Amino acid sequence: MTVQPRTLYEKIWADHVVERRDDGTCLIYIDRHLVHEVTSPQAFAGLRAAGRPVRRTDLTLAVPDHNLPTTARVDAAGHELPIADAASAGQLSALRANVAEFGVPYIDALDARQGIVHVVGPEQGFTLPGTTLVCGDSHTSAHGALGALAFGIGTSEVEHVLATQTLLLKQSKTLEIRVDGTLGFGVSPKDVVLAIIGRIGAAGGTGYVIEFTGEVIRAMSIEGRLTVSNMSIEGGARSGLIAPDQTTFDYIQGRPMAPRGEAWERAVAYWKTLPTDPGARYDKSIVLEASDIAPSLTWGTSPEDVVPITGSVPDPESFEDPAKRVAAQKSLDYMGLTPGMRMEDVAIEHVFIGSCTNSRIEDLRAAAAVVKGHHVADRIRQALIVPGSGLVKRQAEAEGLDRIFTEAGFEWREPGCSMCLAMNPDKVPAGERCASTSNRNFVGRQGPGARTHLLSPAMAAAAAIRGRLTDVRELMSADA
Amino acid sequence: MEAVRKVEGRAYPWGAKNIDTDIIIPAHWLKTTTREGLGKGAFESVRAQPGNVFDDERYAGSPVLVAGDNFGCGSSREHAAWALADLGIKAVIAPSFSDIFSGNAFKNGIVPVVLPQDAVDRLVEVARTDEITVDLETMTVTTPFQDRFPFELDAFRRQCLMEGLDEIGMTLAQDTAISKFESGMAQSRPWIAVETANEGTALEATGRT
Repeated sequence: MTVQPRTLYEKIWADHVVERRDDGTCLIYIDRHLVHEVTSPQAFAGLRAAGRPVRRTDLTLAVPDHNLPTTARVDAAGHELPIADAASAGQLSALRANVAEFGVPYIDALDARQGIVHVVGPEQGFTLPGTTLVCGDSHTSAHGALGALAFGIGTSEVEHVLATQTLLLKQSKTLEIRVDGTLGFGVSPKDVVLAIIGRIGAAGGTGYVIEFTGEVIRAMSIEGRLTVSNMSIEGGARSGLIAPDQTTFDYIQGRPMAPRGEAWERAVAYWKTLPTDPGARYDKSIVLEASDIAPSLTWGTSPEDVVPITGSVPDPESFEDPAKRVAAQKSLDYMGLTPGMRMEDVAIEHVFIGSCTNSRIEDLRAAAAVVKGHHVADRIRQALIVPGSGLVKRQAEAEGLDRIFTEAGFEWREPGCSMCLAMNPDKVPAGERCASTSNRNFVGRQGPGARTHLLSPAMAAAAAIRGRLTDVRELMSADA
Repeated sequence: MEAVRKVEGRAYPWGAKNIDTDIIIPAHWLKTTTREGLGKGAFESVRAQPGNVFDDERYAGSPVLVAGDNFGCGSSREHAAWALADLGIKAVIAPSFSDIFSGNAFKNGIVPVVLPQDAVDRLVEVARTDEITVDLETMTVTTPFQDRFPFELDAFRRQCLMEGLDEIGMTLAQDTAISKFESGMAQSRPWIAVETANEGTALEATGRT
């Protein structure tokens, strides 16, 4: 019998079809469900109103992240400090009450394992290759880095998964994004994914599941792959898969919620069958050359507005699409930039190193390597380092990274979503400019009127030291 | 969910491209634990600008929004759909929608209508003076000027909209199939069931987090 060659996505999909309707809609089983405080209260309320339980509490894991202030959570005596914002406090206590009522496994704000949901999942071994994984958060695409079919869902779907452990879905088209070659000096996974989004556009992946392939992806650590998959959604794709390999298995083995013993052996044997078969076809393929990717950043208010740090602010008139011309002019007005200005001449007031895109230990190491021996520039009003989880924080402290940052003038914070989304006290004031390792430069994303430039942790560190957007390679070579 | 068969009335003639869900409803409005009342936070940054379509009396209470490419991109927040519903919007017409937003729209009785750019341009023009009709029976968008633009919807989603179906209730009716799948999975992929969930252990290994 000949078996049709299949992609990674097609294999995971096929193994999760509970039922297939005549019109192609499938009832898909969900193996893993991450829950946080913002997109779940209405879902739990729906269950309560209908008298429905959570079907599989063991496949569900809840952790608060979006609302939490990143300042100290307990006082000197170890007592929990109150959260000033009543609405935030209400949402956090609603999560505590809901997980208790419905019996959902929960990592509390005061637990050392607490962190951003997309940092915690992989770190705890909850995220596994070949699983379907959902969360009421669009950056759930991150978990695709471990070969999980992972995607963000709305609150109605959160309720649907809680009640039934399934979702009604139609199969997506497949988009291969291959990055060939070897990354140049000072070029990071963030630069790779920014270059990809710059190439395909913010809607380029709409309707597709991306699979990232090629030498550059294979050579990346899991932390780097998580950064790439995380931003799939900024290119319009709900999911961005990376085939599991030895790097993946080594990362997962021994984690608290990962399989052990015989189950581990069986799991690895299954995971090894998942990579895309030779000869399998993607609906679309795009190839990037690593040598074309420089340290990059955004200039506008869409993640597709990407330039290399050596570049300049584009002239809106240079865009062919008339709608893009209008959008670019509006972006420049909002960002307070003029066409032709060199990116390296743009001064900044804020630096944020954190978010589900870039708050893992390798991100902090990369930033610390640039910061060491320097000090944050005088014009910087606030420079935040926000580890992605309590365990990342602890590891960084064990390595002395916290001291490198604090001695240089950065603030060392508690884990959470922080300045990524203007939902907790960490915000950028109107009209001020932030070099940010987060994932969205939308209008108002970091606070009303805030101006965001997305870049890598090393580039953010370099910007903090110089007080302006900076080619990190200058600082790196100076130190070498 | 309330059944939707036809949406007719005035429309916001907007047409803006890449409208993300942070623009539809900024994050500080997401601290609610209910679905209601988000209309007052809808398009906050847009409404801060004078002369915006949402505060123009001619369009107040319009059930239709005519928007640009990639509407609803970014965050998965269903609050965006709740905010539109709270404003009274029952259909959004655009050349394309983000996948997550369009799913959220359907689940809240909002019809995401995909039409080519030239049709959207024409509807922006019509909306300045006249009403627009979105009809799920005939699957067309029409105007008083004999414009007639056919559109497509996923058959299942169309049925859910037109009958106001409770999707969770429908899926729970498949309980036997789900249980059967779970039994099969316990054999073929036994590691999926988490045995060590929340046991309070943290990984202790040098250099790993």
